[in-house]
Amino acid sequence: MTSARPALTPFPYRVVGRTEETPDTAEIVLEPVASALPRFLPGQFAMVYAFGVGDIPLSLSGIGGSRLTHTVRAVGAVSGALHRLRPGETVGVRGPLGTGWDLPTAAGHDLVIVAGGLGLAPLRPLIRTALARPQGYGRLNVLIGARTPADLVCARDIDGWRTAGARVQVTVDRPDDAWQGDVGVVTTLLDRAGFDVDNATAFLCGPEVMMRATARDLAHRGLAPERIRVSLERTMHCGTGHCGHCQLGPLLLCRDGPVVTWAQAEPLLSVREL
Amino acid sequence: MTAEGHGTRGILGALPPEHRDRLLGFAHDVTFPPGDRIFDEGGTADRFWIVRAGLVALDTYEPGRGPTVVETLGEGELLGWSWLFEPYRWHLGAQTRGEVQAYEFDAHQVRAAIDADPAFGLAVTRCVASVAIGRRLRAARTRLLDLYGPPVRNAPTAYGETP
Repeated sequence: MTSARPALTPFPYRVVGRTEETPDTAEIVLEPVASALPRFLPGQFAMVYAFGVGDIPLSLSGIGGSRLTHTVRAVGAVSGALHRLRPGETVGVRGPLGTGWDLPTAAGHDLVIVAGGLGLAPLRPLIRTALARPQGYGRLNVLIGARTPADLVCARDIDGWRTAGARVQVTVDRPDDAWQGDVGVVTTLLDRAGFDVDNATAFLCGPEVMMRATARDLAHRGLAPERIRVSLERTMHCGTGHCGHCQLGPLLLCRDGPVVTWAQAEPLLSVREL
Repeated sequence: MTAEGHGTRGILGALPPEHRDRLLGFAHDVTFPPGDRIFDEGGTADRFWIVRAGLVALDTYEPGRGPTVVETLGEGELLGWSWLFEPYRWHLGAQTRGEVQAYEFDAHQVRAAIDADPAFGLAVTRCVASVAIGRRLRAARTRLLDLYGPPVRNAPTAYGETP
């Protein structure tokens, strides 16, 4: 197994923890059965194989030692099987795959982290990394949008991030009677975020319509498109840039993405045929 | 009163300094307690506010269901634009979420200044149209697309699966 190529050969991992996040979303913690995959960087993803069902790309919502944490929403056969996993069961994992958020290149900058829905999960390792080195960055803004309060993932982390110094704002599209926070799309929170457009880097993850609106808003405010990073999703199969299913113009997103700059993404997302 | 020391986010930040200071000349400070009803849908829009601190919920009343919150406004944001356009009636209601501090403006005074000074009037109208109305319209469209965007039959989900 030690000679296996981690991007091509699934490594067996055992489920050692499972937490219900929302009615259809669970956080699963995996530990290597034998050899561990190389260390993942925030923003990279893994191909996670539910034996006998199939594999899907999953970003990491937590990276700690050899443990991998994924937040998975049950939307189809494979994600449903992964969502139903219980401690002790085994999956296959390939990775690390794709590009990461590349946080070190934002050193000294104000950080603007904008998440929509489940998009907060792949941003969580980035937030944790930034909070672990507060002297390394400027102001840390975390703007979170969810459809309803019940759909909010990583909810138990938010108070801790605030205590650690992050300015966290949360908004929902459809409030319930108990919700006392913001209502509206996440872009409306940008006015209240504290950042210097000449010295900031933004990281966006969520529905594409939300990322487009947010990136355009940030660019309109003067943030350079090269300083806006988005995590794009397309159908990924091989994870190694060979099958072509995730092609977006000149990019193979499993290899050249999922994290790309808005300078790269904007012209591609405006081509109707892509 | 000038913007100095009061922050220049949102609509005040978008106004050229000379017009911002002139507008703030019409302002006075107000504080609303938590849960205070600032105005109701259909009421006369004879004032407006710029939020300095706190959160205001814009709502609409549905018979049998009570008020439904449509959007919230926070620091730096303009509360109310119906005062600028006839028939000067509020399209939504507004209620504070917690204590809210704001600049309050008399709409008659500001409209008179807009009529008397075209340069000031153009700056204020552009600012309200761009920062408040335009941005909220774009946000509303994004929200509509996110919530009600047409599903593509058999399209793969984010995981590449077909549900």
